[in-house]
Amino acid sequence: MNLQEFKDILHNGVWKQNTGVVQLLGMCPILAVSSSVVNGVSLGLATAVVMALSGAAVSPIRTYVPNEIRIPVFILIIAVLVTVVQYLMNAYMYGLYLVLGIFIPLIVTNCIVLARVEAFASKNPTAASAWDGFAMGLGLTAVLAVLGGMRELFGHGTLLSGIELALGDGAKDWVLHVIPNYKGFLLAILPPGAFIGLGLLIAGKNWLTLRKEQKLKNMRSNIVVNDAGLTPAAH
Amino acid sequence: MKRIIRSTMQTAVNLLFFAIIGTVVLASTFYLTHDLIVKSEEAEKLKLITQIIPAELFDNDIIQDTLTVHRDTLLGTEGDSVAYRARLKGEPAAIILEAIAPDGYSGKINLILAIRANGEVAGVRVVSHKETPGLGDYIELPRSPWIKNFDGKSHALYKEPDWKVKKDGGQFDYMAGATITPRAVVKAVHKALLYFETNRDMLFQTAVPNPKTGGKK
Repeated sequence: MNLQEFKDILHNGVWKQNTGVVQLLGMCPILAVSSSVVNGVSLGLATAVVMALSGAAVSPIRTYVPNEIRIPVFILIIAVLVTVVQYLMNAYMYGLYLVLGIFIPLIVTNCIVLARVEAFASKNPTAASAWDGFAMGLGLTAVLAVLGGMRELFGHGTLLSGIELALGDGAKDWVLHVIPNYKGFLLAILPPGAFIGLGLLIAGKNWLTLRKEQKLKNMRSNIVVNDAGLTPAAH
Repeated sequence: MKRIIRSTMQTAVNLLFFAIIGTVVLASTFYLTHDLIVKSEEAEKLKLITQIIPAELFDNDIIQDTLTVHRDTLLGTEGDSVAYRARLKGEPAAIILEAIAPDGYSGKINLILAIRANGEVAGVRVVSHKETPGLGDYIELPRSPWIKNFDGKSHALYKEPDWKVKKDGGQFDYMAGATITPRAVVKAVHKALLYFETNRDMLFQTAVPNPKTGGKK
């Protein structure tokens, strides 16, 4: 894996093929845990770790797994890794485990994980596969962070609430009360808030992409005009 | 035919191989983390318990001094639950019971409550609920001190008709816009007190004296 590949995979995972706003895979966790920044980022990172590990585990054995049983084997590997992550979280981050507990086993059923293992890790070398899984997970984490931030800010007027569950009681002062004495906006916290927020994010992503394309197009047509004027026989 | 059997066998062995590796990895992680997990679960329980019952009220190893309570309509439980017993110098001090309010706005509200030996509520906490965020969730302590209304209340202090929210002519506060939730909680605490009164002797008596009594963990 050279530097260019490394960058391409990262760009692909975080922006171009973002699981949350482009591929629209894994909607269930996105809508369920995006009620606050801390919840979203925690589950996003747990998913990223599982994806990196499963990429790294599937890639080296890809030539030994018979084609007919590859899906059961992949699912088996993913399920084992998720359970290992669950045990580790339960043992070392108990507070966070209590919050995210029911969603962690659901990482297994998150179609992003199997999709990347099947589409990437089963065809590429180990390091690239692990990196791809992690980059995809980072993309998901970014969406969860932004969506969680939007919902938490509009819903409760705070940011980073509950961070002490992830980082220990020392982090309690990190909670930002952005809007003091905020009465709360229920819609943002309830499921419809998640759908509306995600819709806005997808629209925003599409707008940015379209704008970039438009710019490129304009630039190209300018060049062509110039070219046409200078070297008419260049083609 | 033979070829089909052979290739099937090969695939099966292959799958078995991966299943065995997976099992080994899982089993070893389980053994490595098991003690830590049990410890943090106990610590969490103790944290919840010490919130509703002052630490100076008991000196026994409360996590170990348990009693299985069978399902009961007064507690609202549908299966066996665990009661923890607090003792001071061997004397019953309080009991910690699980109770369920079945008629919350959106389903069950799980409560844990400590009742002193004299029938007074030492404290109540909501363990889990599905009430509307921002409306009915003021029953959680981090959001509002409402749940502390129960501290020190007993059937000696409040008679039957007082165990209602103020809107229904009782003694308990509620917040406008969400009366179903507090109504359910008040009813559940009231019924749990009734349960305690009818079963008081059983709850403390069937105790096997804890060999570890005397030293707090």
